Amino acid sequence: MATEIRKGERAVAVSKDAPPPVRPSRTVSYWLYLVPSGVLFTVVIGAPFVASVVLGFTRWQGIGAPTWIGLENYQRLFQDERFWQSFEHNLVLILAMAVIPTFLGLVLASVLFDFVGKRYGARTASGLRAAFYLPQVLPVAVAGVVWTWILKPTGGALNAVLEAIGLPGQDWLGDESLALPSVGGILVWLQIGYPVVIFMSGLQRVDPSLYEAAEIDGAGWWRRFRHITVPQIRPEIYVVLLTCTIAALKVFGPIYVLTRGGPGGATNVPSYFSYQNFFQKTQVGYGSAIATVLTLVIVAVTFLFLRAQRRGEETS
Amino acid sequence: MIALRRHAVLTALIVLAVVMLVPFAIVLINAVKTPAEYSSGGPLALPESIHLDALRTFWERVDFGRKLWNSALIAGTVAFLAVVLSVLNAYAFGIGRVKGSTWILAVFLLANTLPQEQLVYPLYYGAKWLGLYDTRLSVIIIMTVIQAAFGTYLLSAVFGTFPRSLLEAAELDGAGRWRILWRVVVPISRPTLTVLMIFFFIWTWNEFFLPLVFLISNDNQTVPVALATTAGDKYMDATMQSAASLLGVLPAIVFFLLFQRTLTRGITVGAIK
Repeated sequence: MATEIRKGERAVAVSKDAPPPVRPSRTVSYWLYLVPSGVLFTVVIGAPFVASVVLGFTRWQGIGAPTWIGLENYQRLFQDERFWQSFEHNLVLILAMAVIPTFLGLVLASVLFDFVGKRYGARTASGLRAAFYLPQVLPVAVAGVVWTWILKPTGGALNAVLEAIGLPGQDWLGDESLALPSVGGILVWLQIGYPVVIFMSGLQRVDPSLYEAAEIDGAGWWRRFRHITVPQIRPEIYVVLLTCTIAALKVFGPIYVLTRGGPGGATNVPSYFSYQNFFQKTQVGYGSAIATVLTLVIVAVTFLFLRAQRRGEETS
Repeated sequence: MIALRRHAVLTALIVLAVVMLVPFAIVLINAVKTPAEYSSGGPLALPESIHLDALRTFWERVDFGRKLWNSALIAGTVAFLAVVLSVLNAYAFGIGRVKGSTWILAVFLLANTLPQEQLVYPLYYGAKWLGLYDTRLSVIIIMTVIQAAFGTYLLSAVFGTFPRSLLEAAELDGAGRWRILWRVVVPISRPTLTVLMIFFFIWTWNEFFLPLVFLISNDNQTVPVALATTAGDKYMDATMQSAASLLGVLPAIVFFLLFQRTLTRGITVGAIK
């Protein structure tokens, strides 16, 4: 620190003798700061993005030259049952990653803030909050490894619990009808901490006198929740729903680690489906078309959300 | 019983918190068992004594020290470089107020929202062509740009509220733009930059998709990739699988304990602009 200041002083002293510094022209110079990012951004995101969209209109094995086939990949996509299924699975995962965590998160955050925090102290509330948040800090791949092992059909911890209380064990991730609900359950566990933390911090900006006035008027917890908590943290609710919905549409890690899309495609999702086409089937054009559709869906969802949010803000 | 009923809500929340934490506990108790103890007592029995054999064997089998180093090197470099890039961009957007910044920021945000599958094949092909495939550098470059896209968005808003009087005072003292950035703006924004750096570090550490595609050789793999590709092996016994899980979970818990406050503050900053 000290040397920095000394350097600065010397610079000032020098500038007394030197001619006054030439002011860089106002319009140009700030653009210079964008040059490194401009180059990197073009190379790493812009060009690959364009290339990938273009590849969606070609047939390509990853070697040789791609063949232009127009909309053929897209025609094939819309007839491909696996593709539609993968989006249906996404809907279930939106339930598991966005809708259920948001709802539970609202209740938990509100109870922690409005009840536990006041009755048992802020430390109890923040301790519980930390417990709910902990799964969020795990790398998803590691969380997947943990759960694969817990859910193993033989010798797994969950089946050991069930058998101990006299229930039959299940092949949680290997049974076609159970795999998707199992993955969904794990994702609820993984996600729940995020809304709890966001909503609790949102509640901190709510004027406490609102709650006090409601309490004096005899409003119970449920009415305070409906008429104060939810409307007051509406911006946070939108943000959580939007970010979690996007995350659910993009989900890859847990699927790769837990089921690799199986059994029999029962947990396949668009991101994993396109990965399969790129790196296992080397159908690069088809994989790119899937990725492009996924991108379009995400952009559309984001756009609709932001519009709904703006309307919600106008009416409230 | 009466106490339980009087504190029913708290009890319910504690039960829920315990349920959330049970997977961690199960991993911990089984990672220190011997295979014989596991097969006789099952996954729920408490260990009779602490054996570190499974941990040691797994550590050696996957060369875990190397994976930790790869993860730390990649995440650390990305965190630092992405903050530098974000600062440069945000300086132009938030303080320089260059024209069209709203649109450019929207493009940056879109880049952060894209599914990585939309970029991965051309990147994979390009990296092979450049000879960067299966190098840590390839992941560092790509992750830096992706993280910086988000960092730029966040920091531009922060720099937009930077006290103008400080900038004008520095300008009167004859400081140029470059100097003002590093001597005035960066030191004053240090707390925000630290939060951002911690976030980039953890996000990059946890990243799975790009390292999975780009880092295929054993020497370059990161912790999550190494775990996902080895822990699924059929030949590994249950204690070693839980040892593997424990080794993956531990760094995350250490980060959590170190940065709990920053993490919870940071996600709210990130969420609500």
